[in-house]
Amino acid sequence: MMRKIAIAAVAALTLSGGAAMAAGAAGHVEDVDFSFEGPFGTFDQNQLQRGLQVYTEVCAACHGLKFVPLRTLADEGGPNLPADQVRAYAAQFEIFDPELDDFRPRTETDHFPESNLSNAPDLSLMAKARAGFHGPYGSGLNQLFKGMGGPEYIHSLLMGYTGEEKVEAGTTLYENKAFPGGWIGMAPPLYEDQMEYADGHSNEMEAVAEDVAAFLMWTAEPKMMARKQTGFIAVLFLSVLTVLLYLTNKRIWMPVKRKEKNA
Amino acid sequence: MAGIPHDHYEPKSGGEKWLHSRLPIVALIYDTIMIPTPKNLNWMWIWGIVLTFCLAMQIVTGIILVMHYTPHVDLAFASVEHIMRNVNGGHMLRYLHQNGASLFFVAVYLHIFRGLYYGSYKAPREITWIIGMLIYLLMMATAFMGYVLPWGQMSFWGATVITGLFGAIPFIGEPIQTWLLGGPAVDNATLNRFFSLHYLLPFVIAALVAVHIWAFHTTGNNNPTGVEVRRTSKEDAAKDTLPFWPYFVMKDLFALALIMVIFFAIVGFMPNYLGHPDNYIEANALATPAHIVPEWYFLPFYAILRAFTADVWVVMFADWITGGIIDAKFFGVLAMFGAIAVMALAPWLDTSRVRSGRYRPMFKWWFALLCVDFVVLTWVGAMPAEEPYATISLIASAYWFAYFLVILPLLGVIEKPQAAPATIEEDFNAHYGATSGTPAE
Repeated sequence: MMRKIAIAAVAALTLSGGAAMAAGAAGHVEDVDFSFEGPFGTFDQNQLQRGLQVYTEVCAACHGLKFVPLRTLADEGGPNLPADQVRAYAAQFEIFDPELDDFRPRTETDHFPESNLSNAPDLSLMAKARAGFHGPYGSGLNQLFKGMGGPEYIHSLLMGYTGEEKVEAGTTLYENKAFPGGWIGMAPPLYEDQMEYADGHSNEMEAVAEDVAAFLMWTAEPKMMARKQTGFIAVLFLSVLTVLLYLTNKRIWMPVKRKEKNA
Repeated sequence: MAGIPHDHYEPKSGGEKWLHSRLPIVALIYDTIMIPTPKNLNWMWIWGIVLTFCLAMQIVTGIILVMHYTPHVDLAFASVEHIMRNVNGGHMLRYLHQNGASLFFVAVYLHIFRGLYYGSYKAPREITWIIGMLIYLLMMATAFMGYVLPWGQMSFWGATVITGLFGAIPFIGEPIQTWLLGGPAVDNATLNRFFSLHYLLPFVIAALVAVHIWAFHTTGNNNPTGVEVRRTSKEDAAKDTLPFWPYFVMKDLFALALIMVIFFAIVGFMPNYLGHPDNYIEANALATPAHIVPEWYFLPFYAILRAFTADVWVVMFADWITGGIIDAKFFGVLAMFGAIAVMALAPWLDTSRVRSGRYRPMFKWWFALLCVDFVVLTWVGAMPAEEPYATISLIASAYWFAYFLVILPLLGVIEKPQAAPATIEEDFNAHYGATSGTPAE
């Protein structure tokens, strides 16, 4: 019985751990089948590059990515841009250099610019700072199967505008099905046929929202692919070690545990 | 010292004798590694090794993280992101440390509940139990302060809520809170002292672990029967025990490796599952999160803290009889610390003469209910403070106290225990057949 109780307790504790994330008046978040989900999921390099384009042309007007170094755009397991493209991309943003006492173009060792608007949150970690999925009943089970739902939340938020508006205390609020509370200060940022993709990928709003959500997942967790690889190797080697230790242990105990007839 | 009789280290060569007469360190290591251990220990006796490993892993990963972390309110959050993005292997170190805390608490809860079921707290192991409870308290303090260091939203607001508990103490509460925080609110001074203590306390824990092991190496391990190892002679003791090396070292290492497979799967594939998304938002004293929730391992006691609201009759009674000194807030704080205190007092609250729950037919069910109760408290601790969760947490909290204060003392009187085997050898042979002495060939 002790063993059953122990197993049940561990299972329940693991599940209720997710309950910590369960709280919050959540809006409606659709599950999206992203390429980076699951233990073997990887970032789609082309999607990240498209997402970077969306971020640059749309989001960056107000939002920033202050924790993301520009050079990481060249990283494997990321957008993997060529070094000269990264330098050219960096140079379009200016930064104040205290040594020069003047502005200069950014280089790849600088970070992305910060948010332009004080009420536009920094997006570096947004895909990890939101949980799209909750419950059921605070058990955290959904997150175990669907993932935390950060990028799904971003996708649903971008797609969630109903078109309703209201003015409250001099601020225009827009109704959004995914936003907690239902009314958001951000005007609908995406519209159909807004993007021109060089790779000819679909530029429907749905696809564009997925691309930028995937890009923001990368900015939040740039080492995801390295992490999964380490995890995979660790699990593999530790499994072998476990089997060897099981056999060793069994061998050692065999003379002690040998069943004999109590004549 | 009256340990279990066994062979001790004898220095043989001249060099060994020279060292032994000056520093008997080889003897200490030999006696520790070769300690006679009850041979019927089951798989619930592996958590000690897992816990020792957790402590070592947290110290090693922590020391490396400190090399890249900056304890300042303006820089702490960015320095954690620096670790996650720029430090070689930094993301892995940080996720190991973060999830290592969860593994540490999974193991400590199973270790504690193992002790509660098999009566490991009972005489003569009260000191081992009390030291263990002190370690557990220090673990909670260390984990809490560690959670503040990344300076995310939950770090900041968790620190504000938990240090606020001290403010509930009548008369001296507010000065104590200010003294703890180093100012009127959670700020740079708080972050710095939490960082300092978060680095210090694990070494205090390590010292207490040594005392914990010293204590139970003196009394001997408990075992699933609760029957003591025979100490009448070395031969008798040898029938009940096996040396720790290699039998239990290998068993424990196998279990540890299996747990590491699961642990690395979580770290590699879902490292943020047990965390809170809000902690990826930098601390902001002007924006309170919608729900402030502690880490999962604090939830049972957080539920007890919140259960006793002003409309509960015991709280109203306490308020009335103390003339308002014990209000609902202070009552909650007392209940939370009391919940751990009653657990620490288990050796004196349990009146049964039978040690192991295996031979206590009524106790088994009450204990199973306690396990369920603990899970319910964990769950309800994460839910918002509203109905029906408020009522559930009150009932679950009441059972926690009832188990230790009423059921444990009463069961010893009314329960009719079953017969425990006379010796450990008897129990072992009932499972595996006679082994000692003559092989049947």
